[in-house]
Amino acid sequence: MIDFIVTFLLSMLTYLILTASQGEVWGLWSLFEIITGIFLSLVVAFIANKVLFQKRTYRMFNPFRWVIFLIYLIGPFFWAMAKANIDVAYRVITGKINPGIVKISTGLKTDLGITLLADSITLTPGTLSVDIDEKNNDLYIHWINVTTLKPTTYHICANFPQWIRRIAE
Amino acid sequence: MNEFFKIFIIPGGLLLLFMFLSLIRLILGPTVPDRVVALDTINTLVVAGMILVGAAYEEVIYIDVAIVYALLSYIGTLYVAKYLEGGPKE
Amino acid sequence: MGTLLIILYIFLGIGVFFNCLGSIGLLRFPDVYTRLHAATKATTFGSIFTSLAVIVYGFSRWNISGDSKFRVLALHTIVALVCLIITNPTGAHAIARAAHRSGVMPKQAVIDELKEAKLK
Repeated sequence: MIDFIVTFLLSMLTYLILTASQGEVWGLWSLFEIITGIFLSLVVAFIANKVLFQKRTYRMFNPFRWVIFLIYLIGPFFWAMAKANIDVAYRVITGKINPGIVKISTGLKTDLGITLLADSITLTPGTLSVDIDEKNNDLYIHWINVTTLKPTTYHICANFPQWIRRIAE
Repeated sequence: MNEFFKIFIIPGGLLLLFMFLSLIRLILGPTVPDRVVALDTINTLVVAGMILVGAAYEEVIYIDVAIVYALLSYIGTLYVAKYLEGGPKE
Repeated sequence: MGTLLIILYIFLGIGVFFNCLGSIGLLRFPDVYTRLHAATKATTFGSIFTSLAVIVYGFSRWNISGDSKFRVLALHTIVALVCLIITNPTGAHAIARAAHRSGVMPKQAVIDELKEAKLK
């Protein structure tokens, strides 16, 4: 039941953002738009209520985790992304590369955590996640400038796993 | 047309130029994944360019189309990747 | 109006520069994985900045003229930007995995632990 309500609210929110213009409800929406939105969101929630909570974990309802997520996104993640682009600029202009695929074990357990970490690694300096060992969540990383053949997690993604653990686990 | 038209349409034109650069890779690309990467880059540039053109002409409909295009091109990329990977081998 | 123009010039300049780097890197790098590095990082970062320019433009024009069209422009650009940020690295990951499983190996590689592991 809680899956249904959350899916309904999320699709309603998306609908409201996409249709906000002029009207009698708070000057943003007309009454017809609201009624259509409720009806469409009910249909969406009826069809897709099993998508978001496939493993029946509800820890992302804690708003504190979302605050940490926002801080992470604006602070260390954006800074790493800026560095990554300076790095890519340097390699595009000079053409110096020393690539290889290395393995790191992250210690994360949840699907959401490993997805966030893989996406973060793809957008941060010199690294691109290629594959994942689904048995123990080891990541295989394509590293554009291999400095050591036995890298630790800190070489690849600094302290991102600690941040992700606070957000998603 | 106001004074902001030029500010947004010139970067939009430059993005079109970069799309042609990526198109060279799409034509040359020695392997299939190279071509998919080039196509993915072109998709991102199309979305960014469509947002800029929408701002230049002050038409919101371009940005709605950009949202739908971003999601559909993502699904297309995933589909081609899945096809390249091959299904489960019995 | 003057500061708005300066902000727009800075954001659009950074955005166009990194998009340019992305497409040049796509032509210049030797194999599919390094091309993915250039294509994903640079075009995502560049698109974030060009979209930020449109968001700033929309909200400030709405502030000046009060025309709700510009607010809609900014809100829809935020939605498009969120879609782009979520889908881009995931798509890159899918392409990299498919390339490795379909037998395209990284050129000039000093180490390839994935090939040794033989996942399937």
